[in-house]
Amino acid sequence: MNLSFSEEDLKFQDEVRSFIAENYPADIKNKMDNGIPVSKDDIQTWQKILSKKGWFAVNWPEEYGGTGWTITQKHIFQNELANANTPTLVPFGVSMCGPVVYTFGTQEQKDRFLPGIINNDVWWCQGYSEPGSGSDLASLKTKAVKDGDHYIVNGTKTWTTMAQHADWIFCLVRTETTDIKQQGISFLLIDMNTPGVEVKPIITIDGSHEVNMVYLDNVKVPVENLIGEEGAGWNIAKFLLAHERTGIGGIPALKREIRRLREITSELPLGEGFLKDDELFMDKLNKLEIDLLAAEYSELRTLAAMSKGGHPGPESSILKIKGTDLQQGLSDLFVEALGYYAHPFMSEDDLISNEGRIGPDFAANVMPHYLNYRKVSIYGGSNEIQRNVIAKAVLGI
Amino acid sequence: MDFSLSEEQQLLKDSITTFVDKDYLFDVRQNNIKTELGYSSDFWKTFADLGWLGMPFSDADGGYNGGPIDLMVIMESLGRGLVVEPYIPNVVLAGGLVSRLGSEEQKQEFLPKIISGEIQMSVAFSEPQSRFDLNDVITSAKKDGENYILDGYKAVVMNGPSSNNIIVVARTSGNQLDKEGLSLFIVDPSLKGVSLRNYSNVDGSKASEITLENVSTPATSLLGSEGNAFSALEEVIDLATLAISAEALGIMEKMNEITLEYTKTREQFGETLSSFQALQHRMVDTFMAYEQTKSLLLMCAAKLTDKSDDAKKAVSALKYQVGIAAKHVGEESVQLHGGMGVTEETNIGHYFKRLTTIRAIFGNTDYHLKRYSAL
Repeated sequence: MNLSFSEEDLKFQDEVRSFIAENYPADIKNKMDNGIPVSKDDIQTWQKILSKKGWFAVNWPEEYGGTGWTITQKHIFQNELANANTPTLVPFGVSMCGPVVYTFGTQEQKDRFLPGIINNDVWWCQGYSEPGSGSDLASLKTKAVKDGDHYIVNGTKTWTTMAQHADWIFCLVRTETTDIKQQGISFLLIDMNTPGVEVKPIITIDGSHEVNMVYLDNVKVPVENLIGEEGAGWNIAKFLLAHERTGIGGIPALKREIRRLREITSELPLGEGFLKDDELFMDKLNKLEIDLLAAEYSELRTLAAMSKGGHPGPESSILKIKGTDLQQGLSDLFVEALGYYAHPFMSEDDLISNEGRIGPDFAANVMPHYLNYRKVSIYGGSNEIQRNVIAKAVLGI
Repeated sequence: MDFSLSEEQQLLKDSITTFVDKDYLFDVRQNNIKTELGYSSDFWKTFADLGWLGMPFSDADGGYNGGPIDLMVIMESLGRGLVVEPYIPNVVLAGGLVSRLGSEEQKQEFLPKIISGEIQMSVAFSEPQSRFDLNDVITSAKKDGENYILDGYKAVVMNGPSSNNIIVVARTSGNQLDKEGLSLFIVDPSLKGVSLRNYSNVDGSKASEITLENVSTPATSLLGSEGNAFSALEEVIDLATLAISAEALGIMEKMNEITLEYTKTREQFGETLSSFQALQHRMVDTFMAYEQTKSLLLMCAAKLTDKSDDAKKAVSALKYQVGIAAKHVGEESVQLHGGMGVTEETNIGHYFKRLTTIRAIFGNTDYHLKRYSAL
């Protein structure tokens, strides 16, 4: 057992920290620190900065432009990004489509799609869920019928995050109807500019527009956009889901947020003192911090096992459940910290207006964040599904 | 022992339920909360015509002599409909204070108009540092000849934007946390030095931040005797806590119904969600949370009606339970709806938002747990 970083790791940490300090644009940092939503341009600017440094496709094999970092270095990197409160990297291209293309794609497909992803010139979104297929993903109905050198695609995708910004969508489609629903699914890449693709926003209860419906009406897709064999899409989907679930716990960001909440307890007035004088509140904060510590070390154990050549298995389901529980629990504690000042609703325009905010400066995002974060126990395989995975894979029932 | 409603109370309940089911449609509500007023003045008139606004007032004041149980019946039914019209700040809080402390003149001036729905009022009791402590008041009032001079800041004043008059809690003597030395003033918001910043809350209700700067209000606007407002304020807030707890119970009942219905129709893995035992147990738990809350609500309403010695303690027990159950039922209802639960277009998310703000209004679980222990 050795729980400390090596000297080399510490040097690496310093290098990452100073790179971020020197290169993180002040205007984006200002938005992030003040709870003003960042635009697609902001995210793209930041991702391009990392990309130029060679620090964007962190997990890719070196031959495709990855870093070749050890697991520990990757962990340090994620922590530093979170500590500096940089925009969350959009996973659809770099963490999802990219790995699928270099794992299952032909050389021609790799040459065609990987550069756009790693350079941040092409934005991707994920066409998985459908109105009738949420947790039961394999029941999907979007149909792709072969017609010469094209597929004709018809169907509806939903909960498509950032589809309004995307140039391309990777889709699970049904190329064959079989008795076993996992068969007959194929993995297809579709240009969002193709006639017949229509994006409609879904507004969520916090008032934000992150997710969309994507309607596919007789969309003509060249057969060379099929990844892997026809009908082998479910294997790719499973490969991707395991990818999606690692890092979904968001532990580094949680550590930053809980530190922030602790600072806030010394800033928020309560009677003649501060919120930190409220023992019941501080009890809850401390309990959550201990729970977070346990989740952090669970993640480190997984990382350590992976660095010895293991694969993320059901551990990623544990991390997803615990991480999202903590994200929701912490977002609720922020709400409690504010009392009545969690209630005023501030639009995006209000946030940047000169009139000033209602209540403490950080208050405007607290309730929207709590409401928005109901999603984390639903997306990426709901926590009920994760429990099924653990029951089956770990407990053997 | 009898927990059943009287015939009149049952009629009241039926009349509100009919209104909510037939007229108070979700789409109509959603359109109304987007207007500047934030609710429907036509509906408010309907409430007046049907006698709901006059319910808590004595017949001497032009009301219907309703007690805590009648108030509970009204709010539970309004909760089921997610009614956003400002019954509590206007009728229960402001009306409650005027009817308890008002001079004959003040009662004559305000109560008939509250009951007829002609005016809107609100009570400015919270300040940025006070959280839920009613005695924590920095806003000051100093006698100046025939007037009082008010200075201070009031936070998140419910129904502030449409109020013709605002009852301001101010300190005429003592230190920040003293229960003695608090006075109430019926303030005309158009007075010089009063500024309101109006906004919407996440639950669709409206509120104001109120700054009082060297505001000169006539001594006749003092409500009740100088320095002695605390006990009436506490009594009225306790009654409002019962009211908002009843609203929460109506919301939880409705959310449980909607969720159960949804799980009976939504299919995954070839079966309805309701056929999965793991989900059945969770819906049983939210149902039990509702039942436990209902029990304390009825107990509390009875104790407030009887003016029991332990009525205050019952209020805190109830609001603690409401806070716990609201979080449980609210979050589970959304989760069981999956992605649909977090969309703006589905009603469950809007019930969830109101239930979430209710967790804090008039004191969250921590506040009421401490108050319960101290009483």
